[in-house]
This record gives sequence, structure tokens and C-alpha cells, in this order.
Amino acid sequence: MGIFTMPSLGADMEAGTLVEWLVKPGDEVRRGDAVAVVETQKGAIEIECFQSGKVLELQASLGATLPVGAPLALILGPGEAVEAPEEPQEPETPADGATSETKPFPTMADMPAVAPGLSVATQMPCGAIAASPAARVRARELGIDLATVKGSGPIGAVLLTDLEARKPAVARGKAAPAMMDMRKAIAAAMARSKQTIPHFYLSETIDVQPALEWIEARNADRPPSDRLLLGALFVRATALAAAKVPSVNGQFVDGTLHSTDRVNAGVAVALRGGGLVAPALIDAGAMSVDETMAGMRDLISRARAGRLRSSEMTEGTITISSLGETGAEAMVGVIFPPQVALVGLGAPKLRPWVVDGAVVPRTVVTLTLSVDHRVSDGRQAARFVAEFQSQIASPETL
Amino acid sequence: MTKQDIRTAFVEELIAVAPDIDPDTLGEEDHLQDDLELDSMDVLNLVTALHQRLKVDIPETDYPQIATVARAVTYLTARVQ
Repeated sequence: MGIFTMPSLGADMEAGTLVEWLVKPGDEVRRGDAVAVVETQKGAIEIECFQSGKVLELQASLGATLPVGAPLALILGPGEAVEAPEEPQEPETPADGATSETKPFPTMADMPAVAPGLSVATQMPCGAIAASPAARVRARELGIDLATVKGSGPIGAVLLTDLEARKPAVARGKAAPAMMDMRKAIAAAMARSKQTIPHFYLSETIDVQPALEWIEARNADRPPSDRLLLGALFVRATALAAAKVPSVNGQFVDGTLHSTDRVNAGVAVALRGGGLVAPALIDAGAMSVDETMAGMRDLISRARAGRLRSSEMTEGTITISSLGETGAEAMVGVIFPPQVALVGLGAPKLRPWVVDGAVVPRTVVTLTLSVDHRVSDGRQAARFVAEFQSQIASPETL
Repeated sequence: MTKQDIRTAFVEELIAVAPDIDPDTLGEEDHLQDDLELDSMDVLNLVTALHQRLKVDIPETDYPQIATVARAVTYLTARVQ
């Protein structure tokens, strides 16, 4: 039997607020399935199960703010008998010193939960508006008066989906508190990075004309839904280069680099209205360029809608931050801890360039690789830059 | 489909891509990228949505012709069946 707990979605996360269950008792879950939605400083995150099995009991209340490590649900492993009765057994060892092994049913009472009056929301006082607990939390976040919402649930209860329809209109100008939280999360991660990671930087200006021409030709006879952007080629080139230079790909944990064969490419996504998230495209190294593009579209749209998954927030191995089509020509970025490298890409610029001995106008992009000097030196970093450059020079092989 | 229908469709899809844009203050000449801060992924999502909704396939070379509401309405009106 496994206890599913509030995961840490970043070193600076202390607590999260449970806003939605995506499973119910009796459901079969597999490792990697999204089981709940937790509101964090970086927005709402779908948290994923670390084991397969059957959901036995949901232990945390919607709306409760719970510290990292707090139990959320009990999951029965495959092959384990459902010997447990429906009611929790009488606690045999209620003493504080008891370990989880001796307590088959740890309860919320063990945890310093902060549930701001929402766990009782289902017990409606007379005259109260009927609404699901998750909808109440959401309404409070969005500043919506539940009395003004037409509910589509039983007895006209307001459901989360009723609020989602209103969200765009109301969210405008109401984003300030969430934005401040996100600013705090960015500040904490970036301050930690600059205080603990000895950065060094290598830059190279790269001719992207062949890549742009290749994309243009390829997109010409494709419907919009299948078109590629230069950004997808950057992510693909990063994934291929990172796979060849393991010292820039991985996470620095407990004093050592845990490098990995798998490249989970973090993509820095600027949110409209301010703020930034860098979710990872999981296993980008195994994707074709079209799959990379489709993956990025999905990731970016979910980043903006506030529906990223916990693995995407925690398992990145290298991050790509691109200024897009317009803007400054170079960016020296801050590494996203616990990763050990970040690829900063400036906006494409038309510049005089020497090609085969002649000066010609070419569109170029300046790449700046930020690297953690604790785990690698200039030589490995230079190899990455050279690899990236050669990948972009022959886009048809990406 | 009237010009007004096309304008409505364009603005609705624009707001679906960028929900913080206020249709009441959206100017006819506001530039999607320079003024409304759409990035290349937003523009591609808008073009994809317009393709699905209006059945108009906007090639990349024509993106400048939908860069403002006014230009887009002219461009799309000429192409919608």
C-alpha cells in the first residue's frame, strides 16, 4: 500500500492547495497518471502518481493547503488484496512517535493542515449558494461572487466548469495576487541559482538562414496545424546536442551531477501579463522535429492555461530560453536549478555575414550557453555549442 | 458571411489565444505582435483556429496581412466563401 503525498514541485515549494481530485476511490491508476490538481505559486499543477494500483481512499480535503509530504490518498499496489474495510481501522498506535509502517491509515489529523474554512463547504448553511468545494476555491481565487454564477450541477450547484467559462473575462485585471506569487517563486529560484551556481558563459552567433529556408519550404504546403516554428528546431537541436554532452544535461543534487541519457528539454514560456514558467518536454531526445513542435504547442498552451504536470515542473534536464522573433540579439540567462545549463537564444537578426568568402546578408541568432562550473568546464560547453550549430546547419537531419 | 461576422470570428479567436485582451479596448490598428504582444506560437494558434473556423488557409507569407483587425477583416473577407 502506498501513501500518495503532496509532492515538492521545486525546491522552494513548501505547500500547495488541493483544488481538484481527478480520481475517486476504486479507480485504477497507473504510474504517471494525473490524480489531483494542486494550486502552487507557479499556477495549478496536475500531480502525477508515482505508483500503479487502485485508489483506496482520498484523505485530503479540497481547498486544504497542505505542506509538502502531507498524505493525500492511499493507493493499493497491484496484487495487494483489498483487505481493508471501508471504515478506517481503529488506530492501534495513536502515539505521536508512531511510524507510517505501524499506522496503516495516517490521517489528516497528523498534518499541520491549513484549511481556510473550505473543508466544511459541503455542509451548507441555510441560504448559502450550492457549489462544489473546488468551485468555491476557484471562485475565491478569481474574485467571483458565487451568487452571480449559474450552476449546472445537482440542485443548481456551481461547478468548477461553470467558473471556467467566466474565467477569461474576470481574470482580466484580477491577476495581481497570483502574479505576485509567481514573482516570488521566480525570485526565489533565480536568487538561489545566482547564489549557489558558479555560472560561466559561452556565446556563438549562428547562421540560421538554412533552417529558416527549410522551414519555409516545409510549411508552404502544410495546413497551419502542421506548421513548424524555428523554436522547435532550437529545442530539437538542444536535445540532440545535450545527448552528446552529458555534463550539461541533468540535475545537480546533493553535491553531484546526476546526468541522464534522457533529455527533458525545459522550455521557458513567457506568460501574458508577466511571469515565466519553464516546463520540460519529457524525453525530447526521442522525438522527431514534428513531434517536438506538437509537444511544444501542447506544453505552451497548457502553461498558459495553468495546467502543467508535476513531472514537467520537476524533471527538466536543460532549459531553452528564446526571445522569439523580435527583441534583443542576445540573452545571458540564469540556470534553472537544479539543472546545470541553460541555452539562451536572442532574436533572429539580419546581418552581413561571410559565406564562401563573400559578404552576404544572412539571418543570424546568437546562442549563449550558461553553464554550472561545478560540473563542467569550457571544453564541454564548447562541444555543446558546436554540436548545436552543426545540427541547425543541417535542419533536414533534425 | 458579412464583414461584421468575420470581424466577430477574428476577435473571438484572437481572445481565445490571448484571453487578457479586452475586446472593448481592442483597436482596429493594434498590431498583433507589436501592440498585443502575441508571439510566434500565438500567431500560429490564431491562424490554425481561423483555418478551422473560416476554412481559410493563411500561408506564412500572408501573415502580415492579418497583423491588425482592420487588415485581417479585409484579407479574410476576400477569401471566405
